[in-house]
Amino acid sequence: MTEDVYIVGIDMIRFGRYPDRTVPDLAAEAALMALDDAGLDIKAIQALFSGNLGQASGMVGQRMLAEIGQTGIPVTNVANACATGATAFRDAWMSIKAGAYDTVLAVGVEQMGKGLLGGSLGASPEGLVGSGTMPAMFSHIGMEHARRYGTTFEQFAQVSVKNHWHSTMNAKSMYRKETPLQEVMGAEMIAWPNTKLMCSVNVDGSAAAVLMSGTKARQLGLMDRAVKVRVSEMSSNPFTDRQMAMPDFSAATRLAVANAYEKAGLGPQDINLVELHDCFATAEIVHYENLGLCADGEAGRLISDGDTQLGGRIPVNVSGGLLSKGHPLGATGIANMYEIATHLRGAAGDRQVQGARMGMTHVVGGGPGMGTACAIHILEKV
Amino acid sequence: MTEQATELPAIAPFLKRDGDKPYLAGSKCRACAHVFVGDRTVCAKCAARGQMDAVHLAETGKVYVHTVVYRSFPGVETPFIDVIVDLDDGAHIKGTLLGVEPVPTAIPFDLPVKVVYREAAPVNKPGQPYLTYAFEPL
Repeated sequence: MTEDVYIVGIDMIRFGRYPDRTVPDLAAEAALMALDDAGLDIKAIQALFSGNLGQASGMVGQRMLAEIGQTGIPVTNVANACATGATAFRDAWMSIKAGAYDTVLAVGVEQMGKGLLGGSLGASPEGLVGSGTMPAMFSHIGMEHARRYGTTFEQFAQVSVKNHWHSTMNAKSMYRKETPLQEVMGAEMIAWPNTKLMCSVNVDGSAAAVLMSGTKARQLGLMDRAVKVRVSEMSSNPFTDRQMAMPDFSAATRLAVANAYEKAGLGPQDINLVELHDCFATAEIVHYENLGLCADGEAGRLISDGDTQLGGRIPVNVSGGLLSKGHPLGATGIANMYEIATHLRGAAGDRQVQGARMGMTHVVGGGPGMGTACAIHILEKV
Repeated sequence: MTEQATELPAIAPFLKRDGDKPYLAGSKCRACAHVFVGDRTVCAKCAARGQMDAVHLAETGKVYVHTVVYRSFPGVETPFIDVIVDLDDGAHIKGTLLGVEPVPTAIPFDLPVKVVYREAAPVNKPGQPYLTYAFEPL
């Protein structure tokens, strides 16, 4: 019989700009914080899964161990677009489910420059053949929602107002400043309808989690701080008609979410809070429907009615989300689990979702001409 | 000065020439009828193997969605209109929309468009024109 898997330690550094630090050093800081949270040291860890994109071929996991304890444990370096951190976590989870280990560390880390991601190796088609930038891609996705349901620029902008307000209550967030609606709508337009304040921030950051089998967690007396991993699911981009021209993050998300709810024996009504992938304000709107938080076509009403802000029916991104907390690509997938775990432990202070018992994390990443990776986790209060 | 009939390089591998006439190359699956942009031997939709026919893609279609890009990589002239077009043969393709004012609220969904070909230098190859494609209103 396969074990239940628990998070027994989890933490993240405050996201920000740390140009004088190294990637392994940022990872090491989060790893030590998570180990301290579990009351364990690195010698207790049997395997490491390290998620990072910028130095994907640079053995970040091994370099991190060189800083905190070269125990010779198996290291897997993980790269999977914006789902990198969650993939590292899922691989750790899977290794415990498989019975290979009982105590595993998952780390996600990224150090980023400012500005647009990407660029071309060959002749750049940018501008000549549309745009390969992330904002343009997610603006198309927003425009598809506008085409289908009449969603407005103002409704998309309300997502940023909400998430920036949420982040004022989160000490780990890069930005902690409210942004009224007119300020969001009046900011520099990047790609219609996403203004600068509707784009997630490229920051440096790291997050880590110690995962443990139920048997071991009970043996060590760690169940008082344990958070149960109720389900872990992933998907890549299933074929949809336009997805080679216009990457389809919705199809991958719906596929992973359907599998997650089914395996967990749960529905959206059972979820008390969600940390979803608001890489752009337009993305958050479509994901409300993708995650089943409302029926198709209702996402505009959900944001306008305040259903997804703290105190609403289904709080979304009370951490401030990628828009305000920040989006260090490799770290995000574990950082949003830290947020959910904190609420399940009743430790979220001013932004605590009262009575939180079940939380969902969602990350989805990819790019034009590449593909998509989506990861869904549901965490449960023990 | 010697004259050489040097062909300009194409911006994408699926932009080909029939003699000196440019066209967009596609592949149509005999098993499921999906039309892809570009060459392929296996169908990504139904996984059928050895069922692909090379086709010339349709040169007309409709705008499915658009965005107006105001900020791009350094050196790229903005604003420009980035569209996803549903071609009349069922293929779907991304491109730049020309001949339309870049006012995002004034570009209708399903605007009928045609494919046009032009020479343009990529931002990272200044002074080196490439054969490119774009869209214009029909």
